[in-house]
Amino acid sequence: MESESKRKKESPNTAELAVTASFPDEVLEIVLSLLTSHRDRSSVSLVCKDWYRAERWSRTQVFIGNCYSVSPEILTRRFPNIRSVTLKGKPRFSDFNLVPPNWGADIHAWLVAFAAKYPFLEELRLKRMAVSDESLEFLASNFPNFKLLSLLSCDGFSTDGLAAIATHCKNLTELDIQENGIEDSSGSWLSCFPESFTSLEVLNFANLTSEVNTDALERLVSRCKSLKVLKVNKSISLEQLQRLLVRAPQLEELGTGSFLQDLTARPYADLESAFNNCKNIHTLSGLWEAVPLYLPALYNSCANLTFLNLSYTALQSGEFAKLVVHCPRLRRLWILDTVEDKGLEAVGSNCPLLEELRVFPADPFDEEIIHGVTEEGFVAVSFGCRRLHYVLYFCRQMTNAAVATIVQNCPNFTHFRLCIMTPGLPDYLTNEPMDEAFGAVVKTCSKLQRLSVSGLLTDLTFEYIGKYAKNLETLSVAFAGRSDRGMQCVLEGCPKLRKLEIRDCPFGNEALLSGLEKYESMRSLWMSACNVTMNACRRLAKQMPRLNVEVMKEDGSDDSQADKVYIYRTVAGPRRDAPPSVLTL
Amino acid sequence: MEKSGLNLKATELRLGLPGSESPERGSDKNGNAAVILSLKSFVGSGAKRVFCDATDADAKWVFSVSEAAAGRLFSPRGGGSSNNNNNNHGKVHVGSDSGLGGPVLEDGNGACVAAQSPKPVMMVQDKKSHEIAPSKAQVVGWPPIRSYRKNTMSSQSSKNDDDSEAKLGLGCLYVKVSMDGAPYLRKVDLKMYSSYIDLSSALEKMFSCFTIGQCSSHNVPSRDGLSESRLMDLLHGSEYVLTYEDKDGDWMLVGDVPWEMFTDSCRRLRIMKSSDAIGLAPRAMEKCKNRN
Repeated sequence: MESESKRKKESPNTAELAVTASFPDEVLEIVLSLLTSHRDRSSVSLVCKDWYRAERWSRTQVFIGNCYSVSPEILTRRFPNIRSVTLKGKPRFSDFNLVPPNWGADIHAWLVAFAAKYPFLEELRLKRMAVSDESLEFLASNFPNFKLLSLLSCDGFSTDGLAAIATHCKNLTELDIQENGIEDSSGSWLSCFPESFTSLEVLNFANLTSEVNTDALERLVSRCKSLKVLKVNKSISLEQLQRLLVRAPQLEELGTGSFLQDLTARPYADLESAFNNCKNIHTLSGLWEAVPLYLPALYNSCANLTFLNLSYTALQSGEFAKLVVHCPRLRRLWILDTVEDKGLEAVGSNCPLLEELRVFPADPFDEEIIHGVTEEGFVAVSFGCRRLHYVLYFCRQMTNAAVATIVQNCPNFTHFRLCIMTPGLPDYLTNEPMDEAFGAVVKTCSKLQRLSVSGLLTDLTFEYIGKYAKNLETLSVAFAGRSDRGMQCVLEGCPKLRKLEIRDCPFGNEALLSGLEKYESMRSLWMSACNVTMNACRRLAKQMPRLNVEVMKEDGSDDSQADKVYIYRTVAGPRRDAPPSVLTL
Repeated sequence: MEKSGLNLKATELRLGLPGSESPERGSDKNGNAAVILSLKSFVGSGAKRVFCDATDADAKWVFSVSEAAAGRLFSPRGGGSSNNNNNNHGKVHVGSDSGLGGPVLEDGNGACVAAQSPKPVMMVQDKKSHEIAPSKAQVVGWPPIRSYRKNTMSSQSSKNDDDSEAKLGLGCLYVKVSMDGAPYLRKVDLKMYSSYIDLSSALEKMFSCFTIGQCSSHNVPSRDGLSESRLMDLLHGSEYVLTYEDKDGDWMLVGDVPWEMFTDSCRRLRIMKSSDAIGLAPRAMEKCKNRN
């Protein structure tokens, strides 16, 4: 598909001459309708007016990375035939409670516009949006073809809203509720799926805690023959899980419920055989409160696993090592640091195809207990898993030398997110800053798209980033840097930078104002607890009218300081739904 | 276990820091004197943190080791101030869960029981160093963990705490291990080990300044039987001994009872300085030898 459009682009002159005579719009639209990547489509729309027109008529999916960068009116005016919308709302740091409540990103106005202009809307994927039960009810009642709802890290709704979706969306194929701030009042929503409803392919309610009617769930699973993804919540016991598996041997992705139960021999054998019968499972998650005793029931299923998510399961190194031996085809692994370095060594030894590793901390806020993983575990993985390109690693100590070794082993990193949990911690062996570590990363990993830095860092780190990270799109910085120069290096140096989020760094007005034009080529900039003043923000807002400059004030802080600043490009002008704590300059 | 007959009040020792004034003997909220603590305040009270609650200490406690050695204590792999901020200046602060050690007495059942000799000064936290390192809970939004994950994990671990430090699940038995002078605790699953030797080598790896190496240079011959395990070897002059708190809250030397009995009753482990167990060693050895 891409090459097709490229060939057309390469000969614009001949195309322009020929197009009016022999290349009707309809043909172009059909061709373009095969293009799915939104970036390709954006490029296509820039070629010429005819292509812009053809593209807008043929586009059915739209991705909006910042819901305030455009308005529902502008969107619906340009694209008349949208069936699928992806919207992201709040700044990412809202996940960590840095954004005031009621900040915005409410979906409702969008839904109202869609009901008028896209009555045949089929898919809605939302991330960090405010979603109310009324909005879910509105959605359920106004879009008869609605098929797919995915809510990730949203908040403001309850299980009542889910009940509305289950009741009214007759054509629903996917309901995916992940990591939301949901008010979980009861599990009865699941019983709202009518008995005649059979179209479900994806059901993920692992987020919820309340008990659902297991009979209703069993019946639902039995009659939805196309069900491929089932992720249940903690309330589902092992015995209940076994009954579900028996009814859905075609499952490809499974999220178990609680893995802790007193199973005697017979039910255990049944469980094992149920797992063995599901020959298509390639993704496994859940395993809440898993006890090593029952893990062997999974061993046969693990042979084909490509994605194992144990990030809510506190396994020790020994029991994890025994499990991972059975997972030779693993490509993605999410675990807790309770497996320690020994567990990671087992990963290095058994998972040569591993591409993505995320290690989450089990006790991030407990200062007394320090276990978890160190640089050794990461190094061990890098020796065994040469295809590793995505890592999220929470640890309590690191060295420059270890990181240098890691990127030498795995030069193809696209996402390198290292979180040394104590702010400003140096290399624990040499006591030096961690500059050389991240220097090694950006020098070696030319494909790097996303970087999160941590530890004790001087401006040198940012000099390296600006100089070498030519493909960097997202950068997260906390408790780092020495002067404005650090931030300036990044703004001047990284041509593809789209998202920059900074907290608790000594970057001030000079740094902020050095990036004026740059911000228009970026999606957004977040700066909190830095040295930026209100006046500088006002100046920025005045000079760059196509940017929204929003300041969030903390109670009791100095009036001249801009505690939290969120700057983003937009064609929609300043927003009108900001709460009082957010000032738009 | 008979305690009333021991008349521990009469045997209470009162110690102060070398080079410090004797600490204020105010009362804590339980009405126990901050410094003098009788066995009563430990047994059955479940007040694990009574020392830390009791002391309002500003007193610093400095290990009488060189800074380099202190550095090694913190990081098993040697070097630097590692897990602590540089501001620590090599001072040691003890985790509030450090246990208690004291002279070993024999109770009526023949088991060695550690009576409490008040060592509150050891429990004194170095408040200053705690203030210097920003408590993670105080820094908003750090480490960057999503609220959903925080809430989910905390509801899982609070279930664990309900089992008061030894988490009994099916097939696992986690106990906390603290070491005097080290600023962190570890957790071990006792079910992973089948003997004292297994346990001691695992602990040795975890706390690699655990000086089993020293003791083997003493060439103590090891006979068959638990009383001559490597752990008992440590009593012969190496720096640390391994003690544990049993179900009744008494502190005992590890190695005295059969392994299964130990795993059944052990709630917490503490690696303590053998200088603090000075009263312990010869008596324990004698008692156990006499029993054999």
